[in-house]
Amino acid sequence: MKPPAFDYVCARSLDEAIDALGRRPGEAKILAGGQSLTPMLNFRLAHPGMLVDINRIPGIDAIRDDDGGVRIGTLARHRAIEVSDSIRKKFPILTAAAAHVGHLAIRNRGTFGGSIAHADPAAEWPMLALLLDAQIEAKGPQGARTIPAREFFTTFLTTALGDAEILTEVKLPALPAKTGWGFEELSRRPGDFALAAVAAIVTLDGKTIKDARISMGGVGGTPLRAPGAEALLRGKPADAALFEQAGKKAAEESDPSNDVHATADYRRHLVSVLTRRALTSAAEKAAQG
Amino acid sequence: MSAKHKISVTLNGKKIEREVEPRLLLGDFLREEIGLLGVHHGCEQGVCGACTILLNGDSVRACLMFAVQADGAEITTVEGIGEPGNLHPLQQSFWDHHALQCGFCTPGMLLTSIDLIKKYPLENDEQIRHGLSGNICRCTGYQNIVTAVREAAPGLRAAK
Repeated sequence: MKPPAFDYVCARSLDEAIDALGRRPGEAKILAGGQSLTPMLNFRLAHPGMLVDINRIPGIDAIRDDDGGVRIGTLARHRAIEVSDSIRKKFPILTAAAAHVGHLAIRNRGTFGGSIAHADPAAEWPMLALLLDAQIEAKGPQGARTIPAREFFTTFLTTALGDAEILTEVKLPALPAKTGWGFEELSRRPGDFALAAVAAIVTLDGKTIKDARISMGGVGGTPLRAPGAEALLRGKPADAALFEQAGKKAAEESDPSNDVHATADYRRHLVSVLTRRALTSAAEKAAQG
Repeated sequence: MSAKHKISVTLNGKKIEREVEPRLLLGDFLREEIGLLGVHHGCEQGVCGACTILLNGDSVRACLMFAVQADGAEITTVEGIGEPGNLHPLQQSFWDHHALQCGFCTPGMLLTSIDLIKKYPLENDEQIRHGLSGNICRCTGYQNIVTAVREAAPGLRAAK
C-alpha cells in the first residue's frame, strides 16, 4: 500500500460532494481524473483524510455550445476535448493544445476541471483558460459563483476556490471574427510539463492588430498574461519586427525560476522566441479567417 | 484503516467481486489480490506506462486510479488479449519483429498500442513514436516496437 489511508466517498450529485467536503473542511480532497493527485498520494506528498470521488456524478462532463462560445463541464476528459467537433470549430487552439496534455492514457482519464483546479502553472488548460478569459463556475455551501480566470489562479497550485467548493463548469466566451491563434510549447520529452509555453490570439482589422492576448505557462507561480506586450501590439500593423519586440516584452513580463530542468534565463529566452512564433502563427490564421 | 468497499469488476471477461480498502491502487489490486502479474509497476507516477491496462476499452494507468473506482468496469490486462499458442495479432507482431527483450514494458506497450490503433490513423512512424512516447522501454531502442505496431495496425483495423 503506497498511498496513505483515507476515507472514500463516491458522490452521486454535486450537492452530495459539497456536503461531504464541508464535513471534513481542509481535510477532504476532490478526486476527479486523479492523474495529478494519485502520484502525490503514491509518494505521500499529500495526506487527505477523505477523498470525494466525483467521477460518477452524471452530467458534469458535458461539452455544450453556448452563445457562440462553449461550456466545458468539469469532468470532461482531456480526450473528449481533443475530439470535440464543437471545440475544434470554435477553439481550435484547445484541440491543438490537447495533443500536448500528457499521453493518451492520461488524456483518457484526466479532466479539464481537475487540471484547472490543480492549477499547475506549466499545464496547458490553466494558461488557456487565462488566455480565453474563461469564466470559471464553482459551487459550494454558499451557492454558485463565477470567477474570472484572471482572479482564479492565486499562486503556485493555489486557486480562489474555497475548501468545500467544486469547480463545476468553465465557460469560454466566443472569440471575435478575424481571430487567429498560436500555441507553442517546449518540453524536453513529449507529454512532459512545459519548460515554457506561450499561447496567443490575434484579432485583425485589415492588416492592423485590433486586439492581441498572450498567456504564458511554466514561467511563474501561476499562468501569466503579458499585458505590456499585448498593449504594445494593439493598433499596430502586424509584422515580424513588432512580434519580435512583443516577444522581448513578454519575456520581461514572465517570472521564471531556476530549477533542475532549466535556468530562469533560458526560460525567459524561450518566452521571447515562443511568443514571436505564437503571434506570427496567430496573425497568419487571422488573415486567412 | 478505512472501511472496505465492495466492488464488482469484469476482469478479462470474467466477473469477480472483492472487498477493497479505498487506498488500494488498481494495479496493486490486479497484481496482488488477483495475481495478474502482467500488470507491471515501474514508476508508480504515471510516467513509464508499464502498468497500462484497458478500462472499458480505454488505455489507463493502473497506478493512477484506485481499485474502488473500477466498480462496474470492464478491465482488460495483457492476460486477457491472448495466450501462448493463441497470441493476439499484435503480440504475434511483437514476436515476429523482435519487439521485446526483457519484456517489462511489453504489456503496457501492447495495451497502449491497441488503444492507439483504435483512436489514431498512425499514418507514419513519427505518429506511432509520438503515440508510444508515454511508454518507456530501456532495452530495444524502440525501433522494433514501432515496426511491430506499424505492421500489425492494418490487420487489426480490418478485423474490427
